[in-house]
Amino acid sequence: MTVEMILHHHIASVEKLALTTSGCPLVIQCKNFRIVHFIVPRERDCHDIYNSLLQLSKQAKYEDLYAFSYNPKQNDSERLRGWQLIDLAEEYKRMGVPNSNWQLSDANREYKICETYPRELYVPRIASKPIIVGSSKFRSKGRFPVLSYYHREKEAAVCRCSQPLSGFSARCLEDEHLLQAISKANPVNRYMYVMDTRPKLNAMANRAAGKGYENEDNYSNIRFQFVGIENIHVMRSSLQKLLEVNGTKGLSVNDFYSGLESSGWLRHIKAVMDAAIFLTKAIMIENASVLVHCSDGWDRTSQVCSLGSLLLDSFYRTIRGFMVLIEKDWISFGHKFSERCGHLDSDPKEVSPVFTQFLECVWHLTEQFPQAFEFNEAFLLQIHEHIYSCQFGNFLGNCQKEREELKLKEKTYSLWPFLLDDQKKYLNPLYSPKSQAVAVLEPNTVSFNFKFWRNMYHQFDRTLHPRQSVFNIIMNMNEQNKQLENDIKDLESKIKQHKNKQTDGVLTKELLHSVRPESPTLKTSLCFKEQTLLPVNDALRTIEGSNPADNRYSEYAEEFSKSEPAVVSLEYGVARMTC
Amino acid sequence: MMFFFLFSVSGNASNPEFKKKKNSECLLRLRHEGLLNSCPAGVASCPASSCPFRSPRSPRLKLLESALLLGPRPTAGGMEFSELIRTGRAQAELLRGPGAPPLRGTLCVTGHHLLLSPGPQATSDLWLLLLRSVDSIEKRVAGDSGTITLRCKDLRVLQLDIEGVEATLDIARSIEALSSLESVITSFPFFYRPKGLRLGDAWHFHPPEHYYKRVARETNAWRLSEVNEDFSVCPSYPRAVIVPRAVDDDALARSARFRQGGRFPVLSYHHAPSGTVLLRSSQPLTGPQKRRCAEDEELLRAVLAGARPGARGFIVDTRSAQAAKQARMTGGGTEAKAAYPGWKRLHRPMERGRPLQESFVRLVEACGDLEQSMDRWLSRLEGCRWLAHVKEALSTACLAAQGMEREGACILVHGAEGTDSTLLVTSLAQLILDPLSRTMTGFQELVEREWIQAGHPFQLRCAHSAFSHARPKHEAPTFLLFLDCVWQLGRQFPLSLEFGEGLLLALFEHAYASPFGTFLCNSEKERCLCEVRTRTHSLWSGLNQPKEQRKLRNPLYVLNPLAIWPSVEPQSLRLWQGLFLRWTRPPEPSEAAWEKVWQIVTDKEKTEGSQPTVSASEPQP
Repeated sequence: MTVEMILHHHIASVEKLALTTSGCPLVIQCKNFRIVHFIVPRERDCHDIYNSLLQLSKQAKYEDLYAFSYNPKQNDSERLRGWQLIDLAEEYKRMGVPNSNWQLSDANREYKICETYPRELYVPRIASKPIIVGSSKFRSKGRFPVLSYYHREKEAAVCRCSQPLSGFSARCLEDEHLLQAISKANPVNRYMYVMDTRPKLNAMANRAAGKGYENEDNYSNIRFQFVGIENIHVMRSSLQKLLEVNGTKGLSVNDFYSGLESSGWLRHIKAVMDAAIFLTKAIMIENASVLVHCSDGWDRTSQVCSLGSLLLDSFYRTIRGFMVLIEKDWISFGHKFSERCGHLDSDPKEVSPVFTQFLECVWHLTEQFPQAFEFNEAFLLQIHEHIYSCQFGNFLGNCQKEREELKLKEKTYSLWPFLLDDQKKYLNPLYSPKSQAVAVLEPNTVSFNFKFWRNMYHQFDRTLHPRQSVFNIIMNMNEQNKQLENDIKDLESKIKQHKNKQTDGVLTKELLHSVRPESPTLKTSLCFKEQTLLPVNDALRTIEGSNPADNRYSEYAEEFSKSEPAVVSLEYGVARMTC
Repeated sequence: MMFFFLFSVSGNASNPEFKKKKNSECLLRLRHEGLLNSCPAGVASCPASSCPFRSPRSPRLKLLESALLLGPRPTAGGMEFSELIRTGRAQAELLRGPGAPPLRGTLCVTGHHLLLSPGPQATSDLWLLLLRSVDSIEKRVAGDSGTITLRCKDLRVLQLDIEGVEATLDIARSIEALSSLESVITSFPFFYRPKGLRLGDAWHFHPPEHYYKRVARETNAWRLSEVNEDFSVCPSYPRAVIVPRAVDDDALARSARFRQGGRFPVLSYHHAPSGTVLLRSSQPLTGPQKRRCAEDEELLRAVLAGARPGARGFIVDTRSAQAAKQARMTGGGTEAKAAYPGWKRLHRPMERGRPLQESFVRLVEACGDLEQSMDRWLSRLEGCRWLAHVKEALSTACLAAQGMEREGACILVHGAEGTDSTLLVTSLAQLILDPLSRTMTGFQELVEREWIQAGHPFQLRCAHSAFSHARPKHEAPTFLLFLDCVWQLGRQFPLSLEFGEGLLLALFEHAYASPFGTFLCNSEKERCLCEVRTRTHSLWSGLNQPKEQRKLRNPLYVLNPLAIWPSVEPQSLRLWQGLFLRWTRPPEPSEAAWEKVWQIVTDKEKTEGSQPTVSASEPQP
């Protein structure tokens, strides 16, 4: 008997289907792509469950979210230490700023210039405060160009901002100066790239609303480039289409691929990846600084800046480094997590899987470079889980200012220390940090390198997964190797001691056993853990999750055995559940 | 210069520039290449070594010629290789695709190979290509040089830039003529004498008796029949087959007359845990008159009687009900329900023949286009339907396996001829159910028994690969589809197969073009006539050499005594990149990762191995 739990915050939608003879079907779709079907025998119960779930899954206030009541039994100082684990000032120091060209600006210390930026911002040393203020007035939501990543060796910078309020002809001298300051802060290359991550058409349409993009004639030494990533609405409906296709029962191979194609999902993922590669090449090959923006500079810009940094800097490919990257480019720079993830009952048009796309791009990189990342797929999935779970404070709110007002650091816990405690689960056993070949990643974005991420979008559909995990076994082997090596050392030192003492061998033997009494069973228990309890000659045994009845091999299944849905008990009585 | 003697051998024997010194140097190189053996034993056993050469030569040269197999050996039609070789050599540059540096040197065409010898100061080795593995050739000339594009059966694309227009055209014509020779006994396996292998080794590894011994240990209901000893009852069956003990040879012969090509129902696999069997055959010749055959009916009745009591039977027909019915018009058909009590028919249509070949061709085409957009790629992947065929094959095999294991039923599989999709289903079902077939030797035995000896017409099916412009006649990538399905199983159960992707890739290559004799001919009968087993080397002895193991084995293998039920949902099936994109994507990261896995596993063995040493060194009282 196991207990399955679904967090209320994970529920994306609840649907009541037409009454059947066995009861009233209830379908719950979760944000972590889990789909659960319940059949509740009595219609009234079903209706009650339906209404309760609707209420529980849509909260109106932050204070009602799980994070505010979650209590992992830590005291205040432990909680605070958890929040201090990731320190962005430390991170900028690691990158090599402040330095002779870049400095910390106190312009936004009180969130006066830009509410959605963090308090601490790094800007070119020669950019004075009036220039910053002037530029911020010319940028959408005041998000003026600031440093996102500094490449120490190349002395080139990745900067980010929002679109200029240029309309058809407006210009702003301070903004032009600020961009010039950024290019001057690069001692090697005097020109810089301005990447507008939107499709050209969208950017042009924005001009009618008094926004738009930089006019190359007004800025000295810039090279302007569109990269064509679609907006949040396109991404939302693309994922919607993808999930619809995958939810189809008895999906054929052809419907799957035509659905994958028409959803456009992989095309969007490739666009994000191509943009990050463009950025990386500008820095590595041309030694040029890059300024990235989209419309507001918190969705596509975050994707491109963070993914670009990940390609450039192997630190971000470690477990801790990846946390830093998310804190820096996503949380601190105001990616609107609460709106994009629909944490509260708010505008559904603001919901979009922008961060999920970022995780998917990282997953594609881990597939192409299996030795370049310290973490594994489970780490990405776990982070994705908690973006929506509202169990920890990190992703609540839409910007740093809002988080401070919610007093998240006093009232909730940070996710990162919990992930670090569980680090073992998230390690990639093939990780080779010293390999020079992976210093800068140069992914190949030929179309056939992009695959459907089954383990994300079918996380809970166990029948679709591989039934044995290579990662687990290698992990175990690695651990065993370490343990055995320690044992050998241990034994050798003990033998030495005994030789010195000239005691008899009986004692030695006892000691030998006491060192590793469990080792003879290690090898056998390694990979079929789930089966060790079962007798060996039972013909009907299978590896967990692998059963012919689950796999629906044919329409003749009824000729053979029928699979019964599991019976579960809900708070309201007994129901049958199929996942 | 170095290869001039090759030229001389293939036509111009009296060239004054021939140098003995260079000759021995070359011999060394070839030996180094490991492909050509010059040891006297090899020469002695070479069947054609007695062929007279045109002119007397030094013993050393003779040795070399036997090794290189360039001698003017008569072919079946009296044609000589030398007549097909228009020019022996030219200066050329070889482009091998992304990742590999171009190679410059002297290009040579010999009877079976294309050789490129880099200049004397070059560090790289001699480059060799079996001409048989060329699938299509394309030539272009411009100015005073030309370009030949070779598309190989293993899906490699090679480009040769050759100096001289005449030389280009001549070399192209030579390759064209030599790569399409159809005679079996003049093919390279009959001349290939690798070092360290002895003729006849490994051929005796997997005779029908071998598998029968296993069956006999498990059940008494089956016997080994030699009714087909002279291949007269069924030309595509091996000389011995496993049949119900209760049925005598006369009845078998009569049942054979009722089945297309004489392929009467025989045992493919006995599943001991459930006491059920997997059988295969071809379609019954019911015809428009709905003919019946008492012996055939008796045979299937005996199958059920020999299985566990109360066992049912399922006939898995790999054609649609419609197609099976239509087959009656041409003399074929399917088992009538009333005639075979206890047996129920299931139709699982599977693609075969030309549509399957076209699917393969279209997939390879799509995989060769590096510039296409995401949408175009996905729509071509869908349009070629290859993965749909993978799904069909796997799910039909799973259905058969499920029937045996979960329902305790006997399963008979057939389509029309029973030499393609039938074998695909029976061999996959065994992999799913039988842990022994997932070992290195078990899998080789399975391929030998269920494909080679079972009469899959390899020579017809694998005559051309995906690049050939020739209109396909009998070509179909059924065996490749099998390998792909096995690869999918390996992906879903990464610890349960003792062999890795390396073995599957090797089998694909060798099925289409090989220096070994294993995949030659279409049936045991033909192999017998050509004396394949005595005059060529077996691929298995080549593969089972210790130096090959690291490439072929799965380091993570742990014996899994259970059935492995794969998911056949489209989300679980993947394109086999290691095969279809093998030559277009840079292999480094994944190869390095694999190397790391090996390292971890060998580390583990080392530390475990060192345990006893420590214990052994414990002080004695």
